[in-house]
Amino acid sequence: MRVAIASGKGGTGKTLVAVNLAAALRDRVETTLVDCDVEAPNGHLFLAPTFSTRETVAKRVPRVDESVCTQCGACTAACEFNAITLMAGRILVFDELCHGCGRCGLVCPAGAIREMDHPLGEIEFGSSGALRFAHGRLHIGEAMASPIISQLREAVPDTAWTILDAPPGTACSVITTLHDVDVAVLVTEPTPFGLHDLRAAVGVVRALGLPAGVVINRHGVGDDAVDRYCETERLPVLLRIPFDRRIAETGAEAQLLIDALPEWRTAFVDLAERVKELVR
Amino acid sequence: MKRIVFLSGKGGTGKTTLAAAYASRADNLVIVDADVDAANLHLVFRPEVIGTGSYQGSKTATREDAKCTACGRCLAVCRFGAIRPDFTVDEFLCEGCGACVTVCPSDAMALVERTSGEWYVGRTTRGTMVGAELYPGEEVSGKLVSVVKEKADDIASSEAAQRIAIDGSPGIGCPVIASTTGTQAAVLVTEPSRSGLHDLERILGVVRHFGIPAFLVINKADLSESLATRIEEFAAAEALPLLGRVPYDTRVIAALQRGISPIDDPESSAGRAMEDIVARLVKELGTLS
Repeated sequence: MRVAIASGKGGTGKTLVAVNLAAALRDRVETTLVDCDVEAPNGHLFLAPTFSTRETVAKRVPRVDESVCTQCGACTAACEFNAITLMAGRILVFDELCHGCGRCGLVCPAGAIREMDHPLGEIEFGSSGALRFAHGRLHIGEAMASPIISQLREAVPDTAWTILDAPPGTACSVITTLHDVDVAVLVTEPTPFGLHDLRAAVGVVRALGLPAGVVINRHGVGDDAVDRYCETERLPVLLRIPFDRRIAETGAEAQLLIDALPEWRTAFVDLAERVKELVR
Repeated sequence: MKRIVFLSGKGGTGKTTLAAAYASRADNLVIVDADVDAANLHLVFRPEVIGTGSYQGSKTATREDAKCTACGRCLAVCRFGAIRPDFTVDEFLCEGCGACVTVCPSDAMALVERTSGEWYVGRTTRGTMVGAELYPGEEVSGKLVSVVKEKADDIASSEAAQRIAIDGSPGIGCPVIASTTGTQAAVLVTEPSRSGLHDLERILGVVRHFGIPAFLVINKADLSESLATRIEEFAAAEALPLLGRVPYDTRVIAALQRGISPIDDPESSAGRAMEDIVARLVKELGTLS
Protein backbone atom coordinates (compact mmCIF):
# COMPACT_ATOMS: atom_id res chain seq x y z
CA MET A 1 0.00 0.00 0.00
CA ARG A 2 1.24 3.45 -0.92
CA VAL A 3 0.18 6.24 1.37
CA ALA A 4 1.12 9.89 0.82
CA ILE A 5 1.34 12.30 3.72
CA ALA A 6 0.47 15.70 2.31
CA SER A 7 -0.77 19.15 3.28
CA GLY A 8 -1.40 22.42 1.55
CA LYS A 9 0.27 24.54 4.17
CA GLY A 10 3.88 23.93 5.10
CA GLY A 11 4.99 23.19 8.62
CA THR A 12 1.78 21.53 9.73
CA GLY A 13 3.50 18.29 10.73
CA LYS A 14 3.70 16.11 7.61
CA THR A 15 7.14 14.88 8.51
CA LEU A 16 6.13 14.32 12.14
CA VAL A 17 3.31 12.06 10.97
CA ALA A 18 5.33 10.32 8.26
CA VAL A 19 8.36 9.43 10.39
CA ASN A 20 6.35 8.29 13.39
CA LEU A 21 3.98 6.23 11.28
CA ALA A 22 6.93 4.61 9.53
CA ALA A 23 8.77 3.97 12.78
CA ALA A 24 5.67 2.54 14.46
CA LEU A 25 5.23 0.08 11.58
CA ARG A 26 8.82 -0.89 10.83
CA ASP A 27 9.05 -3.81 13.26
CA ARG A 28 5.60 -5.12 12.39
CA VAL A 29 5.54 -5.09 8.61
CA GLU A 30 7.89 -4.36 5.72
CA THR A 31 7.89 -0.57 5.48
CA THR A 32 9.57 2.07 3.33
CA LEU A 33 9.64 5.80 3.93
CA VAL A 34 10.25 7.98 0.88
CA ASP A 35 10.90 11.63 1.71
CA CYS A 36 9.64 13.37 -1.43
CA ASP A 37 10.16 16.89 -0.06
CA VAL A 38 13.36 17.24 -2.03
CA GLU A 39 13.53 21.00 -1.53
CA ALA A 40 13.48 20.80 2.25
CA PRO A 41 14.04 17.15 3.22
CA ASN A 42 13.93 16.53 6.95
CA GLY A 43 12.92 12.89 7.48
CA HIS A 44 16.54 11.78 7.76
CA LEU A 45 17.01 14.07 10.76
CA PHE A 46 14.43 12.01 12.68
CA LEU A 47 15.43 8.56 11.49
CA ALA A 48 19.21 8.89 11.16
CA PRO A 49 19.33 6.36 8.30
CA THR A 50 22.50 4.69 7.07
CA PHE A 51 22.78 5.33 3.36
CA SER A 52 24.13 2.67 1.03
CA THR A 53 23.50 4.08 -2.44
CA ARG A 54 23.46 7.49 -4.06
CA GLU A 55 22.41 8.47 -7.59
CA THR A 56 22.61 11.77 -9.40
CA VAL A 57 19.43 13.08 -10.98
CA ALA A 58 19.95 15.05 -14.15
CA LYS A 59 17.91 16.45 -16.98
CA ARG A 60 19.03 16.18 -20.59
CA VAL A 61 19.83 19.61 -21.96
CA PRO A 62 20.74 20.36 -25.58
CA ARG A 63 24.15 21.41 -26.89
CA VAL A 64 24.34 22.73 -30.42
CA ASP A 65 27.24 21.88 -32.71
CA GLU A 66 27.70 25.26 -34.37
CA SER A 67 29.74 23.79 -37.22
CA VAL A 68 26.69 21.78 -38.28
CA CYS A 69 23.88 24.18 -37.25
CA THR A 70 22.31 26.02 -40.19
CA GLN A 71 20.47 28.48 -37.91
CA CYS A 72 17.18 27.44 -39.47
CA GLY A 73 15.33 28.23 -36.24
CA ALA A 74 13.39 24.95 -36.07
CA CYS A 75 14.55 24.27 -32.51
CA THR A 76 13.73 27.75 -31.24
CA ALA A 77 10.27 27.54 -32.80
CA ALA A 78 9.65 24.11 -31.31
CA CYS A 79 10.73 24.88 -27.75
CA GLU A 80 7.71 25.62 -25.57
CA PHE A 81 9.87 26.91 -22.73
CA ASN A 82 11.95 29.56 -24.54
CA ALA A 83 15.01 27.64 -23.48
CA ILE A 84 16.75 27.79 -26.84
CA THR A 85 16.97 30.99 -28.85
CA LEU A 86 18.79 32.43 -31.79
CA MET A 87 20.46 35.67 -30.79
CA ALA A 88 22.99 37.74 -32.73
CA GLY A 89 23.76 34.84 -35.03
CA ARG A 90 24.28 32.33 -32.23
CA ILE A 91 22.12 29.64 -30.71
CA LEU A 92 21.86 30.12 -26.95
CA VAL A 93 20.57 27.46 -24.55
CA PHE A 94 19.19 28.45 -21.15
CA ASP A 95 19.67 25.30 -19.09
CA GLU A 96 17.54 26.56 -16.18
CA LEU A 97 14.50 27.01 -18.46
CA CYS A 98 14.97 23.70 -20.29
CA HIS A 99 12.63 20.87 -19.26
CA GLY A 100 14.79 18.26 -20.93
CA CYS A 101 12.01 17.09 -23.24
CA GLY A 102 14.28 16.51 -26.24
CA ARG A 103 11.97 18.14 -28.76
CA CYS A 104 14.69 20.44 -30.16
CA GLY A 105 16.76 17.39 -31.07
CA LEU A 106 13.75 15.78 -32.73
CA VAL A 107 13.07 18.76 -34.99
CA CYS A 108 16.65 19.67 -35.91
CA PRO A 109 17.03 18.81 -39.63
CA ALA A 110 20.84 19.10 -39.50
CA GLY A 111 21.38 16.73 -36.61
CA ALA A 112 23.26 19.51 -34.83
CA ILE A 113 21.82 18.89 -31.37
CA ARG A 114 23.33 16.56 -28.84
CA GLU A 115 22.27 16.25 -25.25
CA MET A 116 24.23 16.33 -22.06
CA ASP A 117 23.33 15.79 -18.44
CA HIS A 118 22.57 18.81 -16.31
CA PRO A 119 22.55 17.66 -12.67
CA LEU A 120 19.50 18.73 -10.67
CA GLY A 121 20.10 16.90 -7.44
CA GLU A 122 20.63 13.49 -5.98
CA ILE A 123 18.72 10.63 -4.42
CA GLU A 124 19.93 8.37 -1.63
CA PHE A 125 18.80 4.98 -0.34
CA GLY A 126 19.42 3.32 2.96
CA SER A 127 17.79 2.01 6.07
CA SER A 128 16.96 2.92 9.62
CA GLY A 129 16.63 -0.32 11.55
CA ALA A 130 14.12 -2.47 9.72
CA LEU A 131 12.81 0.54 7.84
CA ARG A 132 13.88 1.20 4.28
CA PHE A 133 14.52 4.86 3.70
CA ALA A 134 14.97 6.98 0.58
CA HIS A 135 15.12 10.69 -0.03
CA GLY A 136 16.19 13.25 -2.61
CA ARG A 137 17.88 16.61 -2.53
CA LEU A 138 17.45 19.41 -5.04
CA HIS A 139 20.72 21.24 -5.64
CA ILE A 140 20.87 24.85 -4.42
CA GLY A 141 19.87 27.23 -7.21
CA GLU A 142 18.05 24.58 -9.27
CA ALA A 143 14.32 25.08 -9.88
CA MET A 144 12.93 21.69 -10.86
CA ALA A 145 12.02 19.36 -8.06
CA SER A 146 9.63 17.03 -9.90
CA PRO A 147 12.22 15.06 -11.91
CA ILE A 148 13.99 14.18 -8.66
CA ILE A 149 10.76 12.99 -7.09
CA SER A 150 9.93 10.92 -10.21
CA GLN A 151 13.31 9.23 -10.25
CA LEU A 152 13.15 8.65 -6.50
CA ARG A 153 9.76 6.99 -6.78
CA GLU A 154 10.81 4.85 -9.74
CA ALA A 155 13.88 3.66 -7.90
CA VAL A 156 12.11 2.59 -4.72
CA PRO A 157 10.42 -0.82 -4.82
CA ASP A 158 7.08 -1.12 -3.07
CA THR A 159 6.88 -2.80 0.30
CA ALA A 160 3.79 -3.76 2.30
CA TRP A 161 3.69 -0.13 3.43
CA THR A 162 5.29 2.61 1.35
CA ILE A 163 4.92 5.98 3.03
CA LEU A 164 5.58 9.08 0.92
CA ASP A 165 6.27 12.35 2.72
CA ALA A 166 5.07 15.01 0.26
CA PRO A 167 6.28 18.58 -0.18
CA PRO A 168 3.91 21.35 0.92
CA GLY A 169 1.60 23.13 -1.51
CA THR A 170 -0.55 21.89 -4.36
CA ALA A 171 1.75 22.36 -7.35
CA CYS A 172 3.43 19.86 -9.66
CA SER A 173 5.85 18.37 -7.14
CA VAL A 174 2.89 17.40 -4.95
CA ILE A 175 1.13 15.79 -7.89
CA THR A 176 4.27 13.83 -8.74
CA THR A 177 4.25 12.53 -5.17
CA LEU A 178 0.54 11.70 -5.18
CA HIS A 179 0.64 9.97 -8.55
CA ASP A 180 -0.46 6.34 -8.24
CA VAL A 181 -0.77 6.27 -4.46
CA ASP A 182 -3.65 4.42 -2.81
CA VAL A 183 -4.56 6.94 -0.17
CA ALA A 184 -3.61 10.40 1.12
CA VAL A 185 -3.33 11.58 4.70
CA LEU A 186 -3.71 15.36 4.89
CA VAL A 187 -2.02 16.97 7.86
CA THR A 188 -3.37 20.33 8.97
CA GLU A 189 -3.55 22.62 11.96
CA PRO A 190 -6.60 24.38 13.42
CA THR A 191 -5.70 27.88 12.22
CA PRO A 192 -7.14 30.07 9.46
CA PHE A 193 -4.08 29.37 7.29
CA GLY A 194 -4.29 25.65 8.01
CA LEU A 195 -7.95 25.51 7.05
CA HIS A 196 -7.51 27.58 3.90
CA ASP A 197 -4.69 25.36 2.63
CA LEU A 198 -6.46 22.15 3.69
CA ARG A 199 -9.28 23.12 1.34
CA ALA A 200 -6.74 23.40 -1.48
CA ALA A 201 -5.22 20.02 -0.61
CA VAL A 202 -8.67 18.42 -0.53
CA GLY A 203 -9.25 19.90 -4.00
CA VAL A 204 -6.13 18.10 -5.22
CA VAL A 205 -6.93 14.68 -3.76
CA ARG A 206 -10.50 14.90 -5.07
CA ALA A 207 -9.25 15.84 -8.55
CA LEU A 208 -7.03 12.76 -8.40
CA GLY A 209 -9.85 10.60 -7.07
CA LEU A 210 -7.91 9.55 -3.98
CA PRO A 211 -9.42 8.47 -0.70
CA ALA A 212 -8.21 10.79 2.04
CA GLY A 213 -8.33 11.37 5.76
CA VAL A 214 -7.10 14.20 7.95
CA VAL A 215 -4.67 14.47 10.85
CA ILE A 216 -5.15 17.62 12.91
CA ASN A 217 -1.88 18.61 14.52
CA ARG A 218 -1.52 21.16 17.33
CA HIS A 219 -5.15 20.48 18.13
CA GLY A 220 -6.45 23.00 20.62
CA VAL A 221 -4.41 26.03 19.56
CA GLY A 222 -7.05 27.59 17.35
CA ASP A 223 -10.76 27.04 16.97
CA ASP A 224 -12.89 24.13 15.76
CA ALA A 225 -13.28 25.40 12.18
CA VAL A 226 -11.13 22.56 10.78
CA ASP A 227 -13.15 19.96 12.70
CA ARG A 228 -16.36 21.45 11.37
CA TYR A 229 -15.00 21.60 7.82
CA CYS A 230 -14.02 17.91 7.97
CA GLU A 231 -17.48 17.03 9.21
CA THR A 232 -19.19 18.99 6.42
CA GLU A 233 -16.92 17.49 3.80
CA ARG A 234 -17.22 13.99 5.31
CA LEU A 235 -13.49 13.74 5.69
CA PRO A 236 -12.57 11.31 8.45
CA VAL A 237 -10.31 12.80 11.11
CA LEU A 238 -7.83 9.97 11.63
CA LEU A 239 -5.83 11.43 14.50
CA ARG A 240 -5.68 14.57 16.61
CA ILE A 241 -2.31 15.52 18.04
CA PRO A 242 -2.71 18.18 20.73
CA PHE A 243 -0.45 21.19 21.04
CA ASP A 244 1.87 20.21 23.85
CA ARG A 245 5.25 21.76 24.57
CA ARG A 246 6.77 18.32 25.13
CA ILE A 247 5.68 17.25 21.64
CA ALA A 248 7.04 20.52 20.21
CA GLU A 249 10.36 19.92 21.99
CA THR A 250 10.79 16.37 20.70
CA GLY A 251 10.02 17.64 17.22
CA ALA A 252 12.53 20.47 17.59
CA GLU A 253 15.25 17.97 18.52
CA ALA A 254 14.12 15.70 15.65
CA GLN A 255 13.31 12.89 18.06
CA LEU A 256 10.64 10.34 17.27
CA LEU A 257 7.50 11.04 19.25
CA ILE A 258 6.89 7.31 19.68
CA ASP A 259 10.29 6.96 21.38
CA ALA A 260 10.26 10.12 23.47
CA LEU A 261 6.63 9.73 24.56
CA PRO A 262 5.93 5.99 24.14
CA GLU A 263 2.20 6.42 24.80
CA TRP A 264 2.06 7.71 21.21
CA ARG A 265 3.19 4.40 19.67
CA THR A 266 -0.31 2.93 19.90
CA ALA A 267 -1.80 6.07 18.37
CA PHE A 268 0.35 5.68 15.25
CA VAL A 269 -0.35 1.95 14.95
CA ASP A 270 -4.05 2.85 15.17
CA LEU A 271 -3.52 5.52 12.54
CA ALA A 272 -2.16 2.83 10.21
CA GLU A 273 -5.30 0.75 10.80
CA ARG A 274 -7.54 3.70 10.04
CA VAL A 275 -5.59 4.49 6.87
CA LYS A 276 -6.00 0.89 5.75
CA GLU A 277 -9.76 1.14 6.26
CA LEU A 278 -9.87 4.16 3.95
CA VAL A 279 -8.52 2.08 1.09
CA ARG A 280 -11.09 -0.67 1.44
CA MET B 1 12.26 51.23 -5.03
CA LYS B 2 13.16 48.15 -3.01
CA ARG B 3 11.79 44.62 -3.11
CA ILE B 4 11.93 42.60 0.09
CA VAL B 5 11.12 38.88 0.05
CA PHE B 6 10.18 36.71 3.04
CA LEU B 7 11.42 33.12 2.78
CA SER B 8 12.06 30.14 5.02
CA GLY B 9 12.98 26.89 3.32
CA LYS B 10 10.85 24.96 5.80
CA GLY B 11 7.14 25.66 5.71
CA GLY B 12 5.08 26.93 8.60
CA THR B 13 7.80 28.93 10.30
CA GLY B 14 5.96 32.24 10.08
CA LYS B 15 6.85 33.85 6.74
CA THR B 16 3.36 35.21 6.24
CA THR B 17 3.07 36.50 9.80
CA LEU B 18 6.38 38.36 9.48
CA ALA B 19 5.56 39.64 5.99
CA ALA B 20 2.26 40.91 7.39
CA ALA B 21 4.08 42.56 10.31
CA TYR B 22 6.40 44.40 7.94
CA ALA B 23 3.55 45.39 5.64
CA SER B 24 1.61 46.67 8.66
CA ARG B 25 4.37 49.19 9.44
CA ALA B 26 6.10 50.13 6.17
CA ASP B 27 4.59 52.95 4.13
CA ASN B 28 4.42 53.52 0.36
CA LEU B 29 4.07 49.84 -0.11
CA VAL B 30 2.85 47.27 -2.61
CA ILE B 31 2.13 43.87 -1.05
CA VAL B 32 2.69 40.65 -3.01
CA ASP B 33 1.53 37.18 -2.05
CA ALA B 34 3.91 35.00 -4.05
CA ASP B 35 2.98 31.74 -2.30
CA VAL B 36 0.73 30.95 -5.22
CA ASP B 37 -0.10 27.37 -4.28
CA ALA B 38 -0.89 28.03 -0.61
CA ALA B 39 -1.68 31.73 -0.46
CA ASN B 40 -2.59 33.07 2.96
CA LEU B 41 -1.64 36.74 3.15
CA HIS B 42 -5.07 37.81 1.88
CA LEU B 43 -6.56 36.29 5.03
CA VAL B 44 -4.74 39.02 6.98
CA PHE B 45 -5.21 42.03 4.69
CA ARG B 46 -8.54 41.07 3.10
CA PRO B 47 -8.04 42.93 -0.15
CA GLU B 48 -10.98 44.54 -1.86
CA VAL B 49 -10.42 43.06 -5.30
CA ILE B 50 -10.32 45.62 -8.11
CA GLY B 51 -9.00 43.46 -10.93
CA THR B 52 -8.54 39.81 -11.81
CA GLY B 53 -7.38 37.77 -14.74
CA SER B 54 -6.67 34.22 -15.69
CA TYR B 55 -3.18 33.07 -16.42
CA GLN B 56 -2.44 30.83 -19.35
CA GLY B 57 1.13 29.88 -18.79
CA SER B 58 1.33 26.41 -20.17
CA LYS B 59 -0.03 23.99 -22.68
CA THR B 60 -1.11 20.42 -22.58
CA ALA B 61 -1.18 17.72 -25.23
CA THR B 62 -4.51 16.38 -26.43
CA ARG B 63 -5.23 13.51 -28.74
CA GLU B 64 -7.78 13.42 -31.51
CA ASP B 65 -8.93 9.84 -31.06
CA ALA B 66 -10.12 9.32 -34.64
CA LYS B 67 -6.71 10.14 -36.10
CA CYS B 68 -4.66 8.00 -33.74
CA THR B 69 -3.24 4.85 -35.34
CA ALA B 70 -1.81 3.56 -32.04
CA CYS B 71 1.70 3.52 -33.49
CA GLY B 72 3.11 4.27 -30.04
CA ARG B 73 5.68 6.90 -31.04
CA CYS B 74 4.24 9.41 -28.56
CA LEU B 75 4.61 6.93 -25.72
CA ALA B 76 8.21 6.24 -26.73
CA VAL B 77 9.22 9.89 -26.98
CA CYS B 78 7.54 11.29 -23.86
CA ARG B 79 10.05 11.70 -21.05
CA PHE B 80 7.45 12.61 -18.45
CA GLY B 81 5.36 9.44 -18.42
CA ALA B 82 2.39 11.48 -19.58
CA ILE B 83 1.26 9.13 -22.36
CA ARG B 84 -0.73 6.22 -21.00
CA PRO B 85 -0.40 2.72 -22.50
CA ASP B 86 -3.60 3.37 -24.47
CA PHE B 87 -1.96 6.55 -25.91
CA THR B 88 -4.22 8.98 -24.05
CA VAL B 89 -2.67 11.93 -22.20
CA ASP B 90 -2.34 12.22 -18.44
CA GLU B 91 -2.81 15.98 -18.09
CA PHE B 92 -1.33 16.04 -14.61
CA LEU B 93 1.95 14.61 -15.88
CA CYS B 94 2.06 16.39 -19.24
CA GLU B 95 4.58 19.24 -19.30
CA GLY B 96 3.27 20.63 -22.57
CA CYS B 97 6.56 20.23 -24.42
CA GLY B 98 5.04 18.99 -27.66
CA ALA B 99 7.52 16.18 -28.36
CA CYS B 100 4.55 13.87 -28.98
CA VAL B 101 3.15 16.38 -31.48
CA THR B 102 6.45 16.36 -33.35
CA VAL B 103 6.67 12.58 -33.68
CA CYS B 104 3.00 11.79 -34.36
CA PRO B 105 2.80 10.68 -38.01
CA SER B 106 -0.99 11.01 -38.23
CA ASP B 107 -1.42 14.51 -36.80
CA ALA B 108 -3.46 13.17 -33.89
CA MET B 109 -1.63 15.11 -31.18
CA ALA B 110 -1.93 18.83 -30.58
CA LEU B 111 -0.98 21.29 -27.87
CA VAL B 112 -3.74 23.41 -26.37
CA GLU B 113 -3.42 26.34 -23.98
CA ARG B 114 -4.51 25.71 -20.48
CA THR B 115 -5.46 28.10 -17.74
CA SER B 116 -3.06 27.52 -14.88
CA GLY B 117 -4.30 30.00 -12.33
CA GLU B 118 -5.80 33.37 -11.57
CA TRP B 119 -4.26 36.61 -10.37
CA TYR B 120 -5.87 39.53 -8.61
CA VAL B 121 -5.12 43.09 -7.63
CA GLY B 122 -6.82 44.46 -4.54
CA ARG B 123 -6.88 47.42 -2.21
CA THR B 124 -5.96 47.01 1.43
CA THR B 125 -5.55 49.46 4.27
CA ARG B 126 -1.78 49.00 3.91
CA GLY B 127 -1.48 49.48 0.17
CA THR B 128 -2.29 47.75 -3.07
CA MET B 129 -1.93 44.01 -2.95
CA VAL B 130 -1.27 41.54 -5.78
CA GLY B 131 -1.63 37.81 -5.49
CA ALA B 132 -2.53 34.70 -7.40
CA GLU B 133 -3.85 31.25 -7.03
CA LEU B 134 -2.33 28.39 -8.97
CA TYR B 135 -4.76 25.67 -9.95
CA PRO B 136 -3.98 22.33 -8.30
CA GLY B 137 -1.18 20.40 -9.91
CA GLU B 138 -0.08 23.12 -12.30
CA GLU B 139 3.61 23.33 -12.89
CA VAL B 140 4.06 26.96 -13.79
CA SER B 141 4.18 28.24 -10.22
CA GLY B 142 7.41 30.10 -10.95
CA LYS B 143 5.98 31.75 -14.06
CA LEU B 144 2.86 32.80 -12.17
CA VAL B 145 5.05 34.31 -9.44
CA SER B 146 6.89 36.27 -12.13
CA VAL B 147 3.60 37.54 -13.56
CA VAL B 148 2.48 38.70 -10.12
CA LYS B 149 5.82 40.41 -9.47
CA GLU B 150 5.66 42.23 -12.82
CA LYS B 151 2.19 43.50 -11.95
CA ALA B 152 3.48 44.67 -8.58
CA ASP B 153 6.33 46.52 -10.32
CA ASP B 154 3.88 48.29 -12.63
CA ILE B 155 1.65 49.26 -9.71
CA ALA B 156 4.63 50.41 -7.67
CA SER B 157 5.81 52.71 -10.43
CA SER B 158 2.35 54.14 -11.13
CA GLU B 159 1.76 54.73 -7.40
CA ALA B 160 5.34 55.90 -6.81
CA ALA B 161 5.58 53.26 -4.10
CA GLN B 162 8.96 52.87 -2.42
CA ARG B 163 8.77 49.23 -1.41
CA ILE B 164 7.40 45.88 -2.51
CA ALA B 165 6.97 43.28 0.22
CA ILE B 166 6.85 39.74 -1.15
CA ASP B 167 5.57 36.78 0.86
CA GLY B 168 7.32 33.77 -0.66
CA SER B 169 6.63 30.06 -0.63
CA PRO B 170 8.39 27.28 1.29
CA GLY B 171 11.10 25.21 -0.33
CA ILE B 172 14.04 26.29 -2.47
CA GLY B 173 12.82 25.47 -5.99
CA CYS B 174 10.99 27.08 -8.86
CA PRO B 175 8.53 29.49 -7.15
CA VAL B 176 11.12 30.45 -4.52
CA ILE B 177 13.70 31.30 -7.15
CA ALA B 178 11.09 33.30 -9.08
CA SER B 179 10.13 35.28 -5.98
CA THR B 180 13.76 35.85 -4.98
CA THR B 181 15.33 37.12 -8.19
CA GLY B 182 15.41 40.89 -8.50
CA THR B 183 14.90 41.55 -4.78
CA GLN B 184 17.17 43.78 -2.73
CA ALA B 185 16.80 41.92 0.56
CA ALA B 186 15.54 38.58 1.89
CA VAL B 187 14.16 38.04 5.37
CA LEU B 188 14.64 34.39 6.33
CA VAL B 189 12.16 33.21 8.94
CA THR B 190 13.09 30.07 10.84
CA GLU B 191 12.01 28.19 13.93
CA PRO B 192 14.13 26.52 16.60
CA SER B 193 14.15 22.96 15.34
CA ARG B 194 16.72 20.81 13.59
CA SER B 195 14.46 20.83 10.52
CA GLY B 196 14.26 24.63 10.67
CA LEU B 197 18.05 24.93 10.85
CA HIS B 198 18.62 22.37 8.08
CA ASP B 199 16.26 24.18 5.74
CA LEU B 200 17.61 27.60 6.74
CA GLU B 201 21.03 26.46 5.53
CA ARG B 202 19.49 25.56 2.18
CA ILE B 203 17.49 28.76 1.68
CA LEU B 204 20.49 30.86 2.73
CA GLY B 205 22.43 29.03 0.03
CA VAL B 206 19.80 30.06 -2.52
CA VAL B 207 19.68 33.76 -1.60
CA ARG B 208 23.50 33.93 -1.48
CA HIS B 209 23.59 32.14 -4.87
CA PHE B 210 21.63 35.11 -6.21
CA GLY B 211 23.74 37.61 -4.26
CA ILE B 212 20.88 38.97 -2.17
CA PRO B 213 21.53 40.37 1.34
CA ALA B 214 19.74 38.24 3.93
CA PHE B 215 18.44 38.82 7.46
CA LEU B 216 17.25 36.27 9.99
CA VAL B 217 14.23 36.06 12.28
CA ILE B 218 13.84 33.18 14.75
CA ASN B 219 10.13 32.69 15.29
CA LYS B 220 8.57 30.69 18.16
CA ALA B 221 12.06 31.02 19.62
CA ASP B 222 11.26 29.79 23.13
CA LEU B 223 9.94 26.41 21.94
CA SER B 224 13.53 25.14 22.11
CA GLU B 225 16.17 27.29 23.75
CA SER B 226 18.97 24.93 22.71
CA LEU B 227 18.03 24.97 19.03
CA ALA B 228 17.48 28.75 19.08
CA THR B 229 21.03 29.09 20.38
CA ARG B 230 22.37 26.73 17.72
CA ILE B 231 20.63 28.77 15.03
CA GLU B 232 22.16 31.97 16.44
CA GLU B 233 25.58 30.34 16.34
CA PHE B 234 24.99 29.29 12.75
CA ALA B 235 23.91 32.83 11.86
CA ALA B 236 26.99 34.33 13.53
CA ALA B 237 29.29 31.92 11.67
CA GLU B 238 27.57 32.78 8.38
CA ALA B 239 27.56 36.54 9.08
CA LEU B 240 23.79 36.45 8.74
CA PRO B 241 22.38 39.39 10.75
CA LEU B 242 19.75 38.41 13.31
CA LEU B 243 16.84 40.83 13.39
CA GLY B 244 15.45 39.24 16.54
CA ARG B 245 13.57 36.43 18.21
CA VAL B 246 9.78 36.17 18.35
CA PRO B 247 8.37 34.17 21.27
CA TYR B 248 5.70 31.52 20.80
CA ASP B 249 2.43 33.22 21.59
CA THR B 250 -1.06 31.79 21.13
CA ARG B 251 -2.31 35.34 20.60
CA VAL B 252 -0.78 35.18 17.10
CA ILE B 253 -3.33 32.58 16.03
CA ALA B 254 -6.10 34.45 17.84
CA ALA B 255 -5.21 37.63 15.92
CA LEU B 256 -5.23 35.76 12.60
CA GLN B 257 -8.62 34.32 13.48
CA ARG B 258 -9.88 37.86 13.86
CA GLY B 259 -8.25 38.74 10.55
CA ILE B 260 -5.77 41.20 11.98
CA SER B 261 -2.03 41.37 11.65
CA PRO B 262 -0.54 39.95 14.89
CA ILE B 263 1.81 42.95 15.18
CA ASP B 264 -1.30 45.09 15.69
CA ASP B 265 -2.25 43.23 18.87
CA PRO B 266 -0.75 45.41 21.63
CA GLU B 267 -1.27 42.65 24.22
CA SER B 268 0.81 40.12 22.28
CA SER B 269 4.39 39.41 23.34
CA ALA B 270 5.05 38.12 19.80
CA GLY B 271 3.58 41.35 18.42
CA ARG B 272 5.92 43.48 20.54
CA ALA B 273 8.92 41.42 19.43
CA MET B 274 7.87 41.85 15.80
CA GLU B 275 7.59 45.60 16.40
CA ASP B 276 11.32 45.70 17.29
CA ILE B 277 12.22 43.37 14.42
CA VAL B 278 10.38 45.46 11.84
CA ALA B 279 11.97 48.65 13.17
CA ARG B 280 15.40 47.05 12.84
CA LEU B 281 14.57 45.74 9.35
CA VAL B 282 13.41 49.17 8.17
CA LYS B 283 16.68 50.65 9.46
CA GLU B 284 18.77 47.95 7.78
CA LEU B 285 16.92 48.38 4.48
CA GLY B 286 17.67 52.09 4.61
CA THR B 287 21.39 51.34 4.59
CA LEU B 288 21.20 49.03 1.56
CA SER B 289 22.04 50.54 -1.78
